[in-house]
Amino acid sequence: MTLSANAVALWYLLASIFFILALKGLSHPQSARQGNRFGILGMLIAVLTTFTITQRFELAVAALVVGGAIGWWVARRVEMTQMPELVAAMHSLVGLAAVLIAVAVVNNPLAFNIGDPIPAGNRVELFIGTFVGAMTFSGSIIAFGKLAGLGNKFRLFSSAPVVFKGQQIINALIFLAMVGFGIAFFVASPEAKWPPFLIMTALAFVLGVLIIIPIGGADMPVVISMLNSYSGWAASGIGFSLNNPLLIVAGSLVGSSGAILSYIMCKAMNRSFFNVILGGFGGAEGAVATGGEQRSVRSGSPDDVAFLLGNAESVIIVPGYGLAVARAQHAVKELAHKLSAKGIKVRYAIHPVAGRMPGHMNVLLAEAEVPYDQVAEMEDINSDFGTTDVAFVLGANDVVNPLAETPGSPIYGMPILETHKARTVIVNKRSMASGYAGIDNPLFYMDKTMMVFGDAKKVVEDIVKAIE
Amino acid sequence: MHGVAVDPLVTNLTVFVLAIFVGYHVVWNVTPALHTPLMSVTNAISSVIVVGAILAAGAGPMDFGTILGAIAVAVVAINTFGGFLVTERMLEMFKKKEPKGTQR
Repeated sequence: MTLSANAVALWYLLASIFFILALKGLSHPQSARQGNRFGILGMLIAVLTTFTITQRFELAVAALVVGGAIGWWVARRVEMTQMPELVAAMHSLVGLAAVLIAVAVVNNPLAFNIGDPIPAGNRVELFIGTFVGAMTFSGSIIAFGKLAGLGNKFRLFSSAPVVFKGQQIINALIFLAMVGFGIAFFVASPEAKWPPFLIMTALAFVLGVLIIIPIGGADMPVVISMLNSYSGWAASGIGFSLNNPLLIVAGSLVGSSGAILSYIMCKAMNRSFFNVILGGFGGAEGAVATGGEQRSVRSGSPDDVAFLLGNAESVIIVPGYGLAVARAQHAVKELAHKLSAKGIKVRYAIHPVAGRMPGHMNVLLAEAEVPYDQVAEMEDINSDFGTTDVAFVLGANDVVNPLAETPGSPIYGMPILETHKARTVIVNKRSMASGYAGIDNPLFYMDKTMMVFGDAKKVVEDIVKAIE
Repeated sequence: MHGVAVDPLVTNLTVFVLAIFVGYHVVWNVTPALHTPLMSVTNAISSVIVVGAILAAGAGPMDFGTILGAIAVAVVAINTFGGFLVTERMLEMFKKKEPKGTQR
Protein backbone atom coordinates (compact mmCIF):
# COMPACT_ATOMS: atom_id res chain seq x y z
CA MET A 1 0.00 0.00 0.00
CA THR A 2 1.32 3.40 -0.88
CA LEU A 3 -0.27 6.49 0.58
CA SER A 4 -0.30 9.79 -1.24
CA ALA A 5 1.91 12.56 0.10
CA ASN A 6 -1.17 14.36 1.40
CA ALA A 7 -2.49 11.30 3.19
CA VAL A 8 0.91 10.77 4.80
CA ALA A 9 0.95 14.38 5.98
CA LEU A 10 -2.52 13.99 7.51
CA TRP A 11 -1.60 10.78 9.33
CA TYR A 12 1.48 12.56 10.65
CA LEU A 13 -0.76 15.37 11.86
CA LEU A 14 -2.85 12.85 13.77
CA ALA A 15 0.31 11.39 15.32
CA SER A 16 1.40 14.90 16.37
CA ILE A 17 -1.94 15.47 18.09
CA PHE A 18 -1.56 12.24 20.03
CA PHE A 19 1.89 13.34 21.18
CA ILE A 20 0.45 16.59 22.51
CA LEU A 21 -2.30 14.65 24.30
CA ALA A 22 0.39 12.40 25.81
CA LEU A 23 1.99 15.39 27.51
CA LYS A 24 -1.35 16.87 28.45
CA GLY A 25 -2.24 13.66 30.29
CA LEU A 26 0.63 14.19 32.71
CA SER A 27 -1.14 17.12 34.33
CA HIS A 28 -2.58 14.65 36.86
CA PRO A 29 -1.55 11.17 38.02
CA GLN A 30 -5.03 9.87 37.19
CA SER A 31 -4.95 10.89 33.54
CA ALA A 32 -1.26 10.16 33.04
CA ARG A 33 -1.59 6.54 31.98
CA GLN A 34 -4.10 7.40 29.34
CA GLY A 35 -1.66 10.05 28.15
CA ASN A 36 1.06 7.45 27.77
CA ARG A 37 -1.30 5.28 25.71
CA PHE A 38 -1.94 8.25 23.43
CA GLY A 39 1.81 8.57 23.01
CA ILE A 40 2.11 4.91 22.03
CA LEU A 41 -0.76 5.29 19.58
CA GLY A 42 0.88 8.35 18.03
CA MET A 43 4.14 6.46 17.62
CA LEU A 44 2.37 3.48 16.07
CA ILE A 45 0.63 5.72 13.53
CA ALA A 46 3.92 7.48 12.73
CA VAL A 47 5.83 4.25 12.14
CA LEU A 48 3.12 2.46 10.15
CA THR A 49 2.56 5.50 7.96
CA THR A 50 6.27 5.72 7.24
CA PHE A 51 6.41 2.07 6.21
CA THR A 52 3.88 2.78 3.45
CA ILE A 53 6.25 5.17 1.73
CA THR A 54 9.55 3.30 1.95
CA GLN A 55 10.82 1.24 -0.94
CA ARG A 56 12.05 -1.58 1.25
CA PHE A 57 11.15 -2.39 4.80
CA GLU A 58 12.90 -5.70 5.66
CA LEU A 59 16.00 -4.01 7.04
CA ALA A 60 14.02 -1.49 9.10
CA VAL A 61 11.69 -4.15 10.51
CA ALA A 62 14.61 -6.34 11.52
CA ALA A 63 16.28 -3.37 13.20
CA LEU A 64 13.04 -2.42 14.97
CA VAL A 65 12.73 -5.93 16.37
CA VAL A 66 16.31 -5.97 17.64
CA GLY A 67 16.19 -2.47 19.15
CA GLY A 68 12.68 -2.97 20.46
CA ALA A 69 13.64 -6.19 22.23
CA ILE A 70 16.60 -4.49 23.91
CA GLY A 71 14.42 -1.55 24.94
CA TRP A 72 11.76 -3.87 26.28
CA TRP A 73 14.28 -5.86 28.28
CA VAL A 74 15.93 -2.77 29.76
CA ALA A 75 12.63 -1.13 30.67
CA ARG A 76 11.46 -4.29 32.44
CA ARG A 77 14.62 -4.74 34.45
CA VAL A 78 15.65 -1.22 35.41
CA GLU A 79 15.23 -0.25 39.04
CA MET A 80 13.56 3.01 39.96
CA THR A 81 16.73 4.23 41.65
CA GLN A 82 18.49 3.86 38.27
CA MET A 83 16.00 6.02 36.42
CA PRO A 84 18.34 9.04 36.04
CA GLU A 85 21.01 6.89 34.34
CA LEU A 86 18.44 5.26 32.10
CA VAL A 87 17.04 8.59 30.95
CA ALA A 88 20.54 9.92 30.26
CA ALA A 89 21.39 6.82 28.24
CA MET A 90 18.22 7.19 26.22
CA HIS A 91 18.97 10.81 25.41
CA SER A 92 22.29 9.71 23.99
CA LEU A 93 20.55 7.25 21.66
CA VAL A 94 18.34 9.95 20.16
CA GLY A 95 21.44 12.07 19.56
CA LEU A 96 23.28 9.17 17.94
CA ALA A 97 20.33 8.37 15.68
CA ALA A 98 20.15 12.02 14.59
CA VAL A 99 23.83 11.90 13.56
CA LEU A 100 23.42 8.59 11.71
CA ILE A 101 20.40 9.86 9.79
CA ALA A 102 22.22 13.07 8.89
CA VAL A 103 25.16 11.08 7.54
CA ALA A 104 22.77 8.94 5.49
CA VAL A 105 21.18 12.12 4.10
CA VAL A 106 24.56 13.60 3.14
CA ASN A 107 25.46 10.27 1.58
CA ASN A 108 22.35 10.03 -0.61
CA PRO A 109 20.08 13.09 -0.45
CA LEU A 110 17.93 11.90 -3.35
CA ALA A 111 16.67 9.00 -1.25
CA PHE A 112 15.00 11.55 1.02
CA ASN A 113 13.49 13.65 -1.76
CA ILE A 114 16.14 16.28 -1.18
CA GLY A 115 17.92 17.63 -4.24
CA ASP A 116 21.48 16.63 -5.07
CA PRO A 117 23.56 18.76 -4.60
CA ILE A 118 21.81 19.42 -1.29
CA PRO A 119 19.99 22.79 -1.37
CA ALA A 120 21.41 25.58 0.80
CA GLY A 121 18.57 25.58 3.34
CA ASN A 122 18.86 21.82 3.91
CA ARG A 123 22.61 22.12 4.34
CA VAL A 124 22.14 24.58 7.21
CA GLU A 125 19.49 22.34 8.78
CA LEU A 126 21.70 19.28 8.43
CA PHE A 127 24.54 21.13 10.09
CA ILE A 128 22.36 22.14 13.04
CA GLY A 129 20.69 18.73 13.38
CA THR A 130 24.05 16.97 13.27
CA PHE A 131 25.93 19.07 15.78
CA VAL A 132 23.07 19.18 18.25
CA GLY A 133 22.66 15.42 17.86
CA ALA A 134 26.37 14.77 18.30
CA MET A 135 26.59 16.96 21.41
CA THR A 136 23.50 15.28 22.84
CA PHE A 137 25.10 11.89 22.27
CA SER A 138 28.50 12.46 23.86
CA GLY A 139 27.18 14.81 26.58
CA SER A 140 24.57 12.27 27.62
CA ILE A 141 27.18 9.54 27.83
CA ILE A 142 29.15 11.67 30.28
CA ALA A 143 25.97 12.43 32.22
CA PHE A 144 25.18 8.71 32.25
CA GLY A 145 28.65 7.92 33.64
CA LYS A 146 28.33 10.54 36.36
CA LEU A 147 24.85 9.36 37.34
CA ALA A 148 25.79 5.68 37.30
CA GLY A 149 28.74 6.44 39.59
CA LEU A 150 31.44 5.27 37.20
CA GLY A 151 33.76 8.07 38.35
CA ASN A 152 36.23 5.73 40.03
CA LYS A 153 36.62 3.75 36.81
CA PHE A 154 37.03 6.65 34.45
CA ARG A 155 37.87 10.16 35.52
CA LEU A 156 35.67 11.91 32.95
CA PHE A 157 32.70 10.33 34.71
CA SER A 158 33.64 11.80 38.08
CA SER A 159 30.63 13.25 39.84
CA ALA A 160 32.86 16.02 41.14
CA PRO A 161 33.38 18.75 38.56
CA VAL A 162 36.31 18.11 36.20
CA VAL A 163 37.87 21.52 35.67
CA PHE A 164 41.13 22.70 34.17
CA LYS A 165 42.72 25.98 33.34
CA GLY A 166 41.38 27.80 30.30
CA GLN A 167 38.52 25.34 30.00
CA GLN A 168 35.95 27.83 28.82
CA ILE A 169 38.32 29.38 26.29
CA ILE A 170 39.09 25.95 24.85
CA ASN A 171 35.38 25.17 24.67
CA ALA A 172 34.74 28.46 22.89
CA LEU A 173 37.54 27.80 20.40
CA ILE A 174 36.27 24.31 19.64
CA PHE A 175 32.79 25.71 19.17
CA LEU A 176 34.07 28.35 16.74
CA ALA A 177 36.08 25.73 14.84
CA MET A 178 32.98 23.56 14.65
CA VAL A 179 30.95 26.43 13.22
CA GLY A 180 33.82 27.14 10.83
CA PHE A 181 33.75 23.62 9.45
CA GLY A 182 29.96 23.87 9.30
CA ILE A 183 30.38 26.91 7.05
CA ALA A 184 32.99 25.02 5.03
CA PHE A 185 30.43 22.21 4.59
CA PHE A 186 27.89 24.82 3.50
CA VAL A 187 30.08 26.26 0.76
CA ALA A 188 31.81 23.00 -0.25
CA SER A 189 31.18 21.48 -3.67
CA PRO A 190 29.27 18.15 -3.59
CA GLU A 191 32.55 16.25 -4.13
CA ALA A 192 34.28 17.96 -1.21
CA LYS A 193 31.40 17.84 1.27
CA TRP A 194 32.65 14.93 3.41
CA PRO A 195 35.82 16.24 5.11
CA PRO A 196 34.25 19.41 6.59
CA PHE A 197 31.08 17.52 7.54
CA LEU A 198 32.95 14.76 9.35
CA ILE A 199 35.36 17.11 11.13
CA MET A 200 32.43 19.25 12.22
CA THR A 201 30.69 16.16 13.62
CA ALA A 202 33.83 14.99 15.42
CA LEU A 203 34.29 18.41 17.03
CA ALA A 204 30.67 18.35 18.17
CA PHE A 205 31.27 14.98 19.87
CA VAL A 206 34.29 16.42 21.70
CA LEU A 207 32.38 19.54 22.68
CA GLY A 208 29.54 17.46 24.12
CA VAL A 209 32.01 15.80 26.48
CA LEU A 210 33.71 19.05 27.44
CA ILE A 211 30.56 20.95 28.33
CA ILE A 212 29.27 18.27 30.70
CA ILE A 213 32.46 17.26 32.61
CA PRO A 214 32.72 20.48 34.67
CA ILE A 215 29.20 20.09 36.03
CA GLY A 216 28.96 18.42 39.43
CA GLY A 217 26.70 15.54 40.45
CA ALA A 218 24.06 17.52 42.30
CA ASP A 219 23.52 19.79 39.30
CA MET A 220 22.48 16.76 37.29
CA PRO A 221 18.77 17.66 37.44
CA VAL A 222 19.61 20.68 35.28
CA VAL A 223 21.97 18.76 32.99
CA ILE A 224 19.58 15.92 32.37
CA SER A 225 16.75 18.36 31.61
CA MET A 226 19.03 20.29 29.28
CA LEU A 227 20.02 17.13 27.41
CA ASN A 228 16.35 16.19 27.23
CA SER A 229 15.79 19.51 25.55
CA TYR A 230 18.75 19.00 23.18
CA SER A 231 17.49 15.60 22.08
CA GLY A 232 14.22 17.27 21.12
CA TRP A 233 15.97 20.02 19.16
CA ALA A 234 18.07 17.39 17.39
CA ALA A 235 14.89 15.61 16.28
CA SER A 236 13.48 18.94 15.12
CA GLY A 237 16.66 19.70 13.19
CA ILE A 238 16.41 16.39 11.36
CA GLY A 239 12.73 17.14 10.73
CA PHE A 240 13.73 20.40 9.05
CA SER A 241 16.33 18.62 6.91
CA LEU A 242 13.79 16.03 5.79
CA ASN A 243 10.89 18.50 5.51
CA ASN A 244 8.99 16.32 7.95
CA PRO A 245 6.49 18.26 10.09
CA LEU A 246 5.94 15.34 12.47
CA LEU A 247 9.58 15.33 13.54
CA ILE A 248 9.50 19.10 13.86
CA VAL A 249 6.41 19.06 16.09
CA ALA A 250 7.53 16.15 18.27
CA GLY A 251 11.03 17.61 18.56
CA SER A 252 9.73 21.03 19.58
CA LEU A 253 7.44 19.53 22.21
CA VAL A 254 10.38 17.67 23.73
CA GLY A 255 12.70 20.62 23.32
CA SER A 256 10.41 23.03 25.11
CA SER A 257 9.63 20.46 27.80
CA GLY A 258 13.32 20.01 28.60
CA ALA A 259 13.89 23.74 28.55
CA ILE A 260 11.07 24.34 31.02
CA LEU A 261 12.38 21.63 33.34
CA SER A 262 15.87 23.17 33.22
CA TYR A 263 14.34 26.52 34.12
CA ILE A 264 12.36 25.05 37.03
CA MET A 265 15.47 23.27 38.35
CA CYS A 266 17.64 26.40 38.12
CA LYS A 267 15.00 28.45 39.88
CA ALA A 268 14.83 25.87 42.66
CA MET A 269 18.54 26.48 43.26
CA ASN A 270 18.32 30.24 42.72
CA ARG A 271 21.09 29.98 40.14
CA SER A 272 21.15 31.09 36.56
CA PHE A 273 21.28 28.54 33.79
CA PHE A 274 24.72 29.79 32.74
CA ASN A 275 26.02 29.57 36.28
CA VAL A 276 25.05 25.89 36.26
CA ILE A 277 26.33 24.92 32.83
CA LEU A 278 29.62 26.77 33.19
CA GLY A 279 30.14 24.35 36.05
CA GLY A 280 32.78 24.13 38.74
CA PHE A 281 30.18 24.70 41.47
CA GLY A 282 30.65 22.80 44.69
CA GLY A 283 34.21 21.73 43.90
CA ALA A 284 34.75 20.73 47.50
CA GLU A 285 32.05 18.09 47.43
CA GLY A 286 32.26 15.72 50.36
CA ALA A 287 34.79 17.81 52.20
CA VAL A 288 34.06 18.80 55.77
CA ALA A 289 33.13 22.44 55.75
CA THR A 290 35.90 24.60 57.07
CA GLY A 291 35.71 27.88 58.90
CA GLY A 292 33.72 28.70 61.97
CA GLU A 293 34.38 27.30 65.42
CA GLN A 294 34.02 23.62 66.14
CA ARG A 295 30.46 23.27 67.28
CA SER A 296 28.88 20.28 68.89
CA VAL A 297 25.86 18.43 67.64
CA ARG A 298 23.41 16.32 69.55
CA SER A 299 23.47 12.84 68.11
CA GLY A 300 21.03 10.10 68.95
CA SER A 301 20.36 6.44 68.32
CA PRO A 302 17.53 4.92 66.28
CA ASP A 303 15.84 4.17 69.63
CA ASP A 304 15.86 7.86 70.51
CA VAL A 305 14.37 8.69 67.13
CA ALA A 306 11.68 6.04 67.59
CA PHE A 307 10.79 7.63 70.90
CA LEU A 308 10.56 11.14 69.42
CA LEU A 309 8.51 9.99 66.45
CA GLY A 310 6.24 7.87 68.60
CA ASN A 311 5.32 10.84 70.75
CA ALA A 312 4.66 13.22 67.89
CA GLU A 313 1.27 14.09 66.48
CA SER A 314 2.53 15.19 63.10
CA VAL A 315 5.65 14.24 61.17
CA ILE A 316 7.02 15.51 57.87
CA ILE A 317 9.63 13.35 56.15
CA VAL A 318 12.09 15.15 53.88
CA PRO A 319 13.79 12.71 51.49
CA GLY A 320 16.99 13.56 49.63
CA TYR A 321 19.57 11.93 47.41
CA GLY A 322 20.88 9.93 50.40
CA LEU A 323 17.57 8.07 50.47
CA ALA A 324 17.97 7.11 46.81
CA VAL A 325 21.57 5.97 47.31
CA ALA A 326 20.61 3.81 50.27
CA ARG A 327 17.44 2.57 48.50
CA ALA A 328 15.59 3.30 51.71
CA GLN A 329 12.21 4.13 50.18
CA HIS A 330 10.55 0.86 51.23
CA ALA A 331 11.87 1.11 54.77
CA VAL A 332 10.60 4.70 54.97
CA LYS A 333 7.19 3.66 53.78
CA GLU A 334 7.18 0.94 56.45
CA LEU A 335 8.02 3.52 59.09
CA ALA A 336 5.31 5.89 57.89
CA HIS A 337 2.87 3.01 57.96
CA LYS A 338 3.74 2.20 61.57
CA LEU A 339 3.37 5.83 62.59
CA SER A 340 0.07 6.25 60.78
CA ALA A 341 -1.25 3.18 62.58
CA LYS A 342 -0.60 5.04 65.85
CA GLY A 343 -2.69 7.94 64.61
CA ILE A 344 0.28 10.15 63.74
CA LYS A 345 -0.11 12.34 60.69
CA VAL A 346 2.75 11.61 58.28
CA ARG A 347 3.52 13.54 55.13
CA TYR A 348 6.47 13.88 52.76
CA ALA A 349 7.96 17.15 51.56
CA ILE A 350 9.76 17.20 48.22
CA HIS A 351 12.23 19.85 47.15
CA PRO A 352 12.29 20.28 43.35
CA VAL A 353 16.02 19.48 43.10
CA ALA A 354 16.07 16.64 45.64
CA GLY A 355 17.75 13.68 43.96
CA ARG A 356 19.41 13.56 40.59
CA MET A 357 16.57 14.34 38.20
CA PRO A 358 13.27 16.21 38.24
CA GLY A 359 10.65 14.22 40.14
CA HIS A 360 13.18 11.59 41.28
CA MET A 361 11.88 11.41 44.88
CA ASN A 362 8.26 11.20 43.79
CA VAL A 363 8.98 8.13 41.69
CA LEU A 364 10.89 6.41 44.48
CA LEU A 365 8.07 7.03 46.94
CA ALA A 366 5.52 5.89 44.39
CA GLU A 367 7.52 2.71 43.94
CA ALA A 368 7.25 2.10 47.67
CA GLU A 369 3.49 2.58 47.29
CA VAL A 370 3.28 5.82 49.21
CA PRO A 371 -0.09 7.38 48.24
CA TYR A 372 0.62 10.49 46.21
CA ASP A 373 -1.68 12.68 48.29
CA GLN A 374 0.73 12.27 51.22
CA VAL A 375 3.52 13.71 49.11
CA ALA A 376 3.61 17.50 48.98
CA GLU A 377 5.64 19.92 46.88
CA MET A 378 7.72 22.54 48.61
CA GLU A 379 5.41 25.54 48.18
CA ASP A 380 2.39 23.57 49.39
CA ILE A 381 3.93 22.31 52.60
CA ASN A 382 6.43 24.95 53.69
CA SER A 383 3.91 26.88 55.74
CA ASP A 384 3.07 23.72 57.71
CA PHE A 385 6.50 23.14 59.25
CA GLY A 386 5.78 25.67 62.02
CA THR A 387 2.92 23.54 63.32
CA THR A 388 4.68 20.21 62.86
CA ASP A 389 6.12 18.23 65.76
CA VAL A 390 8.93 16.44 63.96
CA ALA A 391 10.67 17.10 60.66
CA PHE A 392 12.67 14.00 59.68
CA VAL A 393 15.37 14.79 57.11
CA LEU A 394 16.71 11.72 55.31
CA GLY A 395 19.84 12.21 53.25
CA ALA A 396 19.16 15.83 52.31
CA ASN A 397 21.38 18.77 53.19
CA ASP A 398 21.51 21.94 51.09
CA VAL A 399 17.76 21.93 50.43
CA VAL A 400 17.10 22.32 54.18
CA ASN A 401 19.97 24.71 54.94
CA PRO A 402 18.66 27.83 56.70
CA LEU A 403 21.74 29.74 55.50
CA ALA A 404 19.73 30.23 52.32
CA GLU A 405 17.93 32.95 54.29
CA THR A 406 21.19 34.68 55.29
CA PRO A 407 22.40 37.37 52.88
CA GLY A 408 25.95 36.74 51.73
CA SER A 409 25.92 32.97 51.98
CA PRO A 410 26.69 31.09 48.73
CA ILE A 411 23.18 29.67 48.60
CA TYR A 412 21.40 32.87 49.65
CA GLY A 413 18.01 33.12 48.01
CA MET A 414 17.67 29.43 47.23
CA PRO A 415 14.18 28.29 48.21
CA ILE A 416 14.46 25.68 50.97
CA LEU A 417 12.20 23.36 52.91
CA GLU A 418 11.79 25.19 56.19
CA THR A 419 12.42 22.22 58.45
CA HIS A 420 14.13 24.47 61.01
CA LYS A 421 10.68 25.81 61.93
CA ALA A 422 9.45 22.42 63.13
CA ARG A 423 9.38 21.80 66.90
CA THR A 424 11.94 19.01 66.63
CA VAL A 425 14.25 18.16 63.75
CA ILE A 426 15.81 14.76 63.17
CA VAL A 427 18.53 14.54 60.54
CA ASN A 428 19.91 11.30 59.15
CA LYS A 429 23.25 11.57 57.35
CA ARG A 430 26.19 9.29 56.88
CA SER A 431 28.64 11.82 58.32
CA MET A 432 29.03 15.50 59.08
CA ALA A 433 30.42 16.12 55.57
CA SER A 434 29.02 19.20 53.95
CA GLY A 435 26.55 19.04 51.11
CA TYR A 436 27.09 19.81 47.47
CA ALA A 437 27.35 23.55 48.00
CA GLY A 438 30.33 22.89 50.27
CA ILE A 439 28.99 24.94 53.16
CA ASP A 440 28.10 24.12 56.71
CA ASN A 441 24.48 23.65 57.72
CA PRO A 442 23.40 25.48 60.92
CA LEU A 443 20.32 23.27 61.09
CA PHE A 444 22.50 20.46 62.42
CA TYR A 445 23.66 22.53 65.41
CA MET A 446 20.28 23.78 66.57
CA ASP A 447 19.21 22.78 70.09
CA LYS A 448 16.09 21.11 68.78
CA THR A 449 17.98 19.03 66.24
CA MET A 450 19.01 15.44 66.75
CA MET A 451 21.49 13.87 64.34
CA VAL A 452 21.35 10.17 63.68
CA PHE A 453 24.33 8.95 61.68
CA GLY A 454 24.42 5.97 59.36
CA ASP A 455 23.08 4.52 56.14
CA ALA A 456 19.49 5.70 55.66
CA LYS A 457 18.07 2.26 55.05
CA LYS A 458 19.77 0.68 58.07
CA VAL A 459 18.80 3.56 60.35
CA VAL A 460 15.17 3.59 59.27
CA GLU A 461 14.89 -0.18 59.61
CA ASP A 462 16.28 0.09 63.15
CA ILE A 463 13.75 2.80 63.96
CA VAL A 464 10.94 0.62 62.67
CA LYS A 465 12.12 -2.22 64.92
CA ALA A 466 12.37 0.10 67.91
CA ILE A 467 8.81 1.30 67.42
CA GLU A 468 7.43 -2.22 67.61
CA MET B 1 5.36 37.77 -6.19
CA HIS B 2 1.97 36.17 -6.74
CA GLY B 3 1.95 32.51 -7.52
CA VAL B 4 5.40 31.92 -6.09
CA ALA B 5 5.31 28.92 -3.77
CA VAL B 6 6.31 29.42 -0.14
CA ASP B 7 9.74 27.99 0.62
CA PRO B 8 9.36 24.76 2.66
CA LEU B 9 11.74 26.29 5.18
CA VAL B 10 9.16 28.96 5.98
CA THR B 11 6.37 26.40 6.35
CA ASN B 12 8.61 24.32 8.59
CA LEU B 13 9.47 27.35 10.67
CA THR B 14 5.77 28.11 11.13
CA VAL B 15 5.12 24.59 12.36
CA PHE B 16 8.20 24.75 14.60
CA VAL B 17 7.27 28.00 16.33
CA LEU B 18 3.64 27.02 16.87
CA ALA B 19 4.65 23.63 18.26
CA ILE B 20 6.99 25.30 20.75
CA PHE B 21 4.07 27.42 21.95
CA VAL B 22 1.90 24.33 22.37
CA GLY B 23 4.72 22.52 24.18
CA TYR B 24 5.31 25.47 26.46
CA HIS B 25 1.70 25.67 27.60
CA VAL B 26 1.15 21.95 27.92
CA VAL B 27 4.32 21.30 29.88
CA TRP B 28 3.72 24.04 32.44
CA ASN B 29 0.57 22.16 33.39
CA VAL B 30 2.44 18.97 34.19
CA THR B 31 2.36 18.28 37.91
CA PRO B 32 5.87 18.34 39.47
CA ALA B 33 5.30 14.89 40.94
CA LEU B 34 5.30 13.51 37.41
CA HIS B 35 8.45 15.22 36.16
CA THR B 36 10.37 11.95 35.90
CA PRO B 37 7.64 10.26 33.81
CA LEU B 38 7.55 13.47 31.76
CA MET B 39 11.22 13.02 30.96
CA SER B 40 10.84 9.38 30.02
CA VAL B 41 7.78 9.98 27.87
CA THR B 42 9.37 12.93 26.07
CA ASN B 43 12.32 10.64 25.52
CA ALA B 44 10.04 8.12 23.90
CA ILE B 45 8.38 10.86 21.84
CA SER B 46 11.69 12.21 20.58
CA SER B 47 12.38 8.73 19.31
CA VAL B 48 9.90 9.57 16.56
CA ILE B 49 13.15 10.37 14.79
CA VAL B 50 12.86 6.65 13.96
CA VAL B 51 10.69 7.85 11.06
CA GLY B 52 13.77 9.39 9.45
CA ALA B 53 15.77 6.27 10.22
CA ILE B 54 13.16 4.00 8.59
CA LEU B 55 13.27 6.16 5.46
CA ALA B 56 17.07 5.92 5.44
CA ALA B 57 16.98 2.14 5.92
CA GLY B 58 14.45 1.68 3.13
CA ALA B 59 15.98 4.09 0.64
CA GLY B 60 16.90 1.38 -1.86
CA PRO B 61 19.20 -1.59 -2.30
CA MET B 62 21.45 -2.34 0.63
CA ASP B 63 24.37 0.06 0.70
CA PHE B 64 26.24 2.32 3.13
CA GLY B 65 23.24 4.62 3.58
CA THR B 66 20.62 1.97 4.22
CA ILE B 67 22.87 0.17 6.69
CA LEU B 68 23.41 3.41 8.59
CA GLY B 69 19.65 3.85 8.56
CA ALA B 70 19.12 0.34 9.92
CA ILE B 71 21.61 0.98 12.74
CA ALA B 72 19.77 4.21 13.53
CA VAL B 73 16.45 2.34 13.61
CA ALA B 74 17.85 -0.27 16.00
CA VAL B 75 19.41 2.36 18.26
CA VAL B 76 16.35 4.55 18.51
CA ALA B 77 13.90 1.64 18.76
CA ILE B 78 15.46 1.01 22.17
CA ASN B 79 14.00 4.37 23.14
CA THR B 80 10.70 3.92 21.42
CA PHE B 81 9.92 0.68 23.21
CA GLY B 82 11.92 1.28 26.37
CA GLY B 83 10.71 4.85 26.84
CA PHE B 84 6.99 4.14 26.68
CA LEU B 85 7.29 0.93 28.66
CA VAL B 86 9.27 2.42 31.51
CA THR B 87 6.84 5.35 31.63
CA GLU B 88 3.99 2.88 31.87
CA ARG B 89 5.78 1.11 34.71
CA MET B 90 6.25 4.35 36.63
CA LEU B 91 2.71 5.57 36.10
CA GLU B 92 1.46 2.18 37.26
CA MET B 93 3.12 2.91 40.59
CA PHE B 94 1.48 6.28 40.86
CA LYS B 95 -1.86 4.61 40.35
CA LYS B 96 -1.52 2.02 43.09
CA LYS B 97 -3.34 2.62 46.36
CA GLU B 98 -5.03 5.56 44.80
CA PRO B 99 -7.32 7.12 47.39
CA LYS B 100 -10.87 7.15 46.10
CA GLY B 101 -12.50 10.36 45.04
CA THR B 102 -9.68 12.69 46.00
CA GLN B 103 -9.55 15.81 43.95
CA ARG B 104 -6.82 18.29 44.57
